[in-house]
Amino acid sequence: MFANVPVLSLIIWLPLLGSLVVLLLPGRSGGAIRWAGISFTFVSMVLAFGLYASYLPLAGGGEFAEHGSWLSVPLNTEVMQDTSVTSYRLAFDYSLGVDGISMPLVLLTGIVASMASLASVHIFKRQKTYFSLFLLLQTGMYGVFLARDVIWFFIFFELTLIPMFFLIGIWGYYGREKAANRFLVYNGLGSAVMLLAFLILIATLGFASVQTDGGIELTFSGSYDTMLANLADPNAAAHQAGAWLLSDNLQWAAFILLLVAFGIKLPIFPFHTWMLKVHAEAPPPVVMIHSGILLKMGVYGLIRFAAFLLPAQLHSWSAVLAVLGVINILYGAVLACAQKEFKLVLAYSSISHMGIVLLGIASLNETGFEGAVYQAVSHGLISALLFLIVGSLHERTGTTRIDELGGLARAVPFTAGILLTAGLASLGLPGLSGFIGEFLSFLGLFSTMKALTAIGTIGVLLAAVYMLRSVLAMTYGPLPEKLAGLKEARFIETLPMVVLTAFIVLLGIYPSLLTDLMQHGFDGLLRELQTGVGG
Amino acid sequence: MIQTNTLTWSDTWYMAPELALVVATLVLAALDLALPRRTNRDWIGWGALAGLVAAGVFVGWHIHDLRSAAGAGEQTYHSLLGGSYRIDDFGNLLKLIFLGASALLVLASLGTVKREDVPIKGEFYYLFLPAVVGAMVMASSADLITLFLGMELLGITSYILVGVRKRTGVSGEAAFKYVVTGGTASAFILYGMSFLYGLTGSTNLGAIRGALGGAAADSRALIYAAFFLLIVGFALKLALAPFHAWAPDVYQGAPTPVTSFLAVVAKGAVFAMAYRLFLNTAYFQTDDSRLRGDVFLALAVLAAAAMIVGIAGALKQQSAKRLLALSGVANAGVLLVPLALDVTDLHASLFSEFLYYFIAYVFMNVGAFAVLTVILRDAGSDKLSAFAGLYHRAPWTAVAMTALLCSLAGLPITGGFFGKLFILFASVQTKAYWLAAILLATTVVSYYVYFSFIRQMYMRTGDTDGKVAVPVPAGIVIWLSAAATVALGLAPKPVLDWVGGVYSLAVDFVAR
Repeated sequence: MFANVPVLSLIIWLPLLGSLVVLLLPGRSGGAIRWAGISFTFVSMVLAFGLYASYLPLAGGGEFAEHGSWLSVPLNTEVMQDTSVTSYRLAFDYSLGVDGISMPLVLLTGIVASMASLASVHIFKRQKTYFSLFLLLQTGMYGVFLARDVIWFFIFFELTLIPMFFLIGIWGYYGREKAANRFLVYNGLGSAVMLLAFLILIATLGFASVQTDGGIELTFSGSYDTMLANLADPNAAAHQAGAWLLSDNLQWAAFILLLVAFGIKLPIFPFHTWMLKVHAEAPPPVVMIHSGILLKMGVYGLIRFAAFLLPAQLHSWSAVLAVLGVINILYGAVLACAQKEFKLVLAYSSISHMGIVLLGIASLNETGFEGAVYQAVSHGLISALLFLIVGSLHERTGTTRIDELGGLARAVPFTAGILLTAGLASLGLPGLSGFIGEFLSFLGLFSTMKALTAIGTIGVLLAAVYMLRSVLAMTYGPLPEKLAGLKEARFIETLPMVVLTAFIVLLGIYPSLLTDLMQHGFDGLLRELQTGVGG
Repeated sequence: MIQTNTLTWSDTWYMAPELALVVATLVLAALDLALPRRTNRDWIGWGALAGLVAAGVFVGWHIHDLRSAAGAGEQTYHSLLGGSYRIDDFGNLLKLIFLGASALLVLASLGTVKREDVPIKGEFYYLFLPAVVGAMVMASSADLITLFLGMELLGITSYILVGVRKRTGVSGEAAFKYVVTGGTASAFILYGMSFLYGLTGSTNLGAIRGALGGAAADSRALIYAAFFLLIVGFALKLALAPFHAWAPDVYQGAPTPVTSFLAVVAKGAVFAMAYRLFLNTAYFQTDDSRLRGDVFLALAVLAAAAMIVGIAGALKQQSAKRLLALSGVANAGVLLVPLALDVTDLHASLFSEFLYYFIAYVFMNVGAFAVLTVILRDAGSDKLSAFAGLYHRAPWTAVAMTALLCSLAGLPITGGFFGKLFILFASVQTKAYWLAAILLATTVVSYYVYFSFIRQMYMRTGDTDGKVAVPVPAGIVIWLSAAATVALGLAPKPVLDWVGGVYSLAVDFVAR
């Protein structure tokens, strides 16, 4: 379907083009700006689905890979003893790729971003700037999931940071600037730590020495594929004593740095405070993106780099990850039970649900890994839907405090029904997507760590408590007087609700849509975990 | 043995860039005297600009000549005046940057510097030229005497430039502080140099390198004293923490284009001098690795201290000029990192990392200071709050400033990002992980610092809604700087290839 079409590049760069188009439109034509913003978002989503349609799990997406040389810095060889070295370079290439792990997340990005663009019709303030930043953010997000060079990954990761800072800081609620600052500093710290880990990996795993007719060519490369190949190759420079040795200490340093970097994004327990502020203060479409996609960048990074490139460390720390996961699950769930603001219930519930992802990764088996990604996708859809509803309720009632709302089932039956469905999906009701992700993750972990799995499942019970407590309080009971004239959601609002619900149901009853995709995605990692590490 | 080496006619061609500036200075000074008072002194400014461009053309010519010489396998440097002055690629690259930066500064001043503020506008413009000559001499010298002369020429002219707003109290205060600290720095450096001369019997850098090994064996303590004094002197000149306390006051008191000159050209010239001196003396003492290691360590500690103190000081700063001064302290630390990394088999290319970040630094500082000039002219205050609502009052300037700030903060895709990335990679590659960690940590804090401008520009409303008038020359400089900053980020390869292809460690630094 995409013979000779650089479809990955198109998915990434079309939103950027859209961002420029929006900037060139006159500021007064709000309608045109909105439609340009929405259509460019949809084009990338359609391309993402096209990619899905022609993706063959067994081939691993190799036919879509794109590679172009971008930056090759000559390094000085003047004081080098070995005179047969003809070329000594630092190379960062433009390389993109898709596989069983990134494919589901690219789809998620397409769906959630498109629905968030529809939800953005509530934004009237500075629409032009809003939509150009919104599109720029998409370039960053698609780029993160598709980049196959660590430096490009880093650039895209940072590229999501700047638009998000503005989107929170300009269009947020009362405490927006504080939330934006905290977002910036925490995530800035995360990416700095990540960069240090990447540089360590480039200087060791990324090093390759190639003997040619002319002499020896030495290259430091940021290419993920090169790193994977060097990891598997016992003769690679990274495994030999010398300047490029990836020593045990360095491996651990890189692993812990990556764990912290993606742990902030995920977020893992002590690093979560920034994300509560963002959930509470950012405008609803931006939270849909944030909770639906940006947190998943942490999951993706953890699997792609920490797990795939440092499997030995993952193996020895699987128990630590599982404990961190259980802490996340219980901490998030307990605090969610105590919140009075629905947005914060959802924020804590996100922490709890992301803990399940950690359990999946800690299981070290295919079921668990698939569960982790499944949970990431499912949580992305569910939280996007919940925040869509939050936005539409806030637009009408001016509040999302649980004690100020009630009787919505009578006033706005459709919205209330969707809210109930989303709540049930979130607590893991079988038949909806949340169940599959949780089930696979717990199942994976059960084969290795039974006690922790048992403790973790308490979180699922608590999820039922806090979800039903808040959702039922909002939908049933007496309708507060000041909400008497409440109007039902308009078509433009119901459309994304229906679409997101449809995907949640679809993934709930037909999970192989995603699990088939992921089938061969973890082969390499599992092989490393079984043979390379040994235990 | 003292040789008398006069300037021969053939040498004048190699000195053409410097001589062009000297001639331009003399002509403009005479014109300033002769022209009636009422004549607009902006013409002097255009004249100074022409002089800078002419000198730049000569430098470009020399680079081209050296390239063709390299192609023909000939010697790629010229040594003048008994080996005390060198025309080589290291010097030429830096001269080109100094001239370009000064030209941008002068251009940005045209139309923004007011006579009420700077009563002696003629002097203001033509005094930039001898200052640049000083910087160029510092970049090209291979002898302690000429190095020092260049430094003093640059120093003395910039003392005047700092005090050029002679009716303003803060300007006088700044000039005085600058004279005192500049003089102290010169004294330290000169004292250190005198030890080097006394121990090695020569002022020529090449000869010092040859004799230093023997001298170090005999009188180790004196060598350490020499390097200690030199390092302190350079740290004072570069405003590296803990020798940076003068910088915010001086930067704030000086007219903004001069501030920018101090931040960019004066700093670059001292770095050029430090490179020449340290690479020629300490670095290649392979038989004395302890001395080498200690000098590296001292520089690394200074760099770390400058990054930490600079950015920590900038955190709570409300004055934009003082903030940029402290950001300059932090950036001087970053620029010092390549010099402070050990030379190993695998890593010898200290200069490309330095030069790439320096070019990015030049553009982001010149651009940011040009924006500041425009704001100062409009609001009369350099408070951060003067930037409030800039996005509504001058959208294009605000967008350009955002690009410059992203570069200062080291965010992609800008020159500042790649500059820091290369320096970081160099430190990871040489296993100086602690230095890399400090660089990264300070970078994160700097997000907060630079985004305080962005918060003001995009998220606050100003006192007025009126459009900010941006004079055309300043607008050109702002946009040129912003575009160059982004271009350096989008395509860093051409500059790096160029630097890598032109510069050679062995030819340029190991002076003969």
